[in-house]
Amino acid sequence: MDSSKLMTMKEAVSKFVADGDTVYLAGFTHMIPFAAGHEIIRQGRKDLTLARATPDIIYDQMVAAGCAKRLIFSYAGNPGVGSLRCFRRAHEKGVPKPLEVEEYTHFGLSGRLFAGATNMPFLPMRTNLGSGLPAENDLIKTIKDPYTGDEVSVVPPLKPDVAVVHVQRADANGNSHIWGIIGEQKDAAFAAKKVIISAEEIVDESVIRSDPNRTLVPDFLAHSVVHEPWCAHPSYVQGYYDRDNEFYMEWDKITKEHDSTMEYIQEWVLGVEDRAQYMKKYPKSKLDALLPKPAFSAPVNFGSV
Amino acid sequence: MSEVSPTELMVIVAARELKDGESVLVGVGVPNLAANLAKRLQAPNLLMVYESGAVGSNPSRMPLSIGDPCLVSGAKSVCSMYEQFAYYLQGGRIDVGFLGGAQIDKFGNINSTVIGSYKAPKVRLPGSGGACDIASNVKKIIVITPHEKRRFVEKVDFLTSPGFIDGKDGWRKLKLQGGGPYAVITNLCTFKFDELTGEMTVVALHEGVTIEQVQENTPWKVKVADDLESTPPPKQEEIEALRALDPQKIYLR
Repeated sequence: MDSSKLMTMKEAVSKFVADGDTVYLAGFTHMIPFAAGHEIIRQGRKDLTLARATPDIIYDQMVAAGCAKRLIFSYAGNPGVGSLRCFRRAHEKGVPKPLEVEEYTHFGLSGRLFAGATNMPFLPMRTNLGSGLPAENDLIKTIKDPYTGDEVSVVPPLKPDVAVVHVQRADANGNSHIWGIIGEQKDAAFAAKKVIISAEEIVDESVIRSDPNRTLVPDFLAHSVVHEPWCAHPSYVQGYYDRDNEFYMEWDKITKEHDSTMEYIQEWVLGVEDRAQYMKKYPKSKLDALLPKPAFSAPVNFGSV
Repeated sequence: MSEVSPTELMVIVAARELKDGESVLVGVGVPNLAANLAKRLQAPNLLMVYESGAVGSNPSRMPLSIGDPCLVSGAKSVCSMYEQFAYYLQGGRIDVGFLGGAQIDKFGNINSTVIGSYKAPKVRLPGSGGACDIASNVKKIIVITPHEKRRFVEKVDFLTSPGFIDGKDGWRKLKLQGGGPYAVITNLCTFKFDELTGEMTVVALHEGVTIEQVQENTPWKVKVADDLESTPPPKQEEIEALRALDPQKIYLR
């Protein structure tokens, strides 16, 4: 077994995330790798192009900390709460620095990743026509369908330099089991040039092989494997901890001003060594409230003659 | 019977538009309440599909976001984000999509991207998310929005999600597979869309609302249906079922 892939988040970010990279921290609401974002901030990466369908709080933090030059996205809000204030401050006022935007619909951006993952030259899709988006984004083009002659919208493949994919469990080589909302994890892993897998649990390869349908990312895509419990907090991991909705609401208050945002980042990101220290610092009663009631699936039989 | 708030009224009226057995692409917030309310009343077999890839969810509590874990526990299926848009939405398998937005015009075009210009926005809004994709592909678009002059505009600052564009001709040219805007539900009235012109038309006034009030809050000369109806007032069972869905009043403020 090639266990040299196992490393800390600090080592993985240091080795695989460079200034100027296009970075995709995967996860549609679910399993957003906050610990990776925090480590990227701590290591002072800059001029990154941050890509995510929903920038979420994690990119809001990275934008506030000055890591980002450009944002590729499709929905820049805090769902059920309101705006992403740091994104807006950067985009509207250039604070702390200007932020370029490259905007798609959800289908457009997830289609770009799918096209990147499957090495398609471009992907046709039934959306964008009639919308103002193509006029503001040169990468959304309209071509003639060679079969019907109709106008059809196309998007180019997206191949991030590095993707971080957090999973419930992986083996030491990076074979990864994911369940719950699977978002764009698989597409991001297949599309990216380098992949950091982080996992709530590192399990034996036999556990993975007992349930191969659940392996969305096979090991040969993974450049590194990080054992990082609670990596996704305040996002969630199905079956491990629930979404910290209270924090998502609090973020709206924390980010009212750039200064108050930076106080948070100073205390909770720059002021801690790693995720373990962040978790130690987090009030235990709040974390206990996030632990889910179990709901196990029925076992399946993978037997053969 | 206790008074209903404007939001409660909109949710109740919107929920009535959903039929048993339909599939609905549910957004977060008020549309989510409307779908869940319909499911508990007249549409127990409503298929709720979420942008996050959860299909046939049966949430035990109100999700704050469309990616909430409670949408997964006990769902019929969960697929990836791309698969949800490709197999379900572009596949033509969704009957109803709910949309909201900062601005809407008389042809049902919606802006959820920017107030002001795109390059130098006065207010940067979240953007399309799945809204444009939904508007292009569902059989019926239902919009729920408070009836305010700043929301109903002659021309949207940015066209995020296509309605009937500049009337049905402009829309036909796009050859979208969806059916276009179907209803706009506000705290004052219900609009549907003229079959020929694609223009928003008042079809029902909510209890105690006059057509003058609707006009005062709409910047263009509103079109009124010949057979203008009164919206049946909320029933006790509707109010109780709705309030039980959002006991902490996260959305029913």
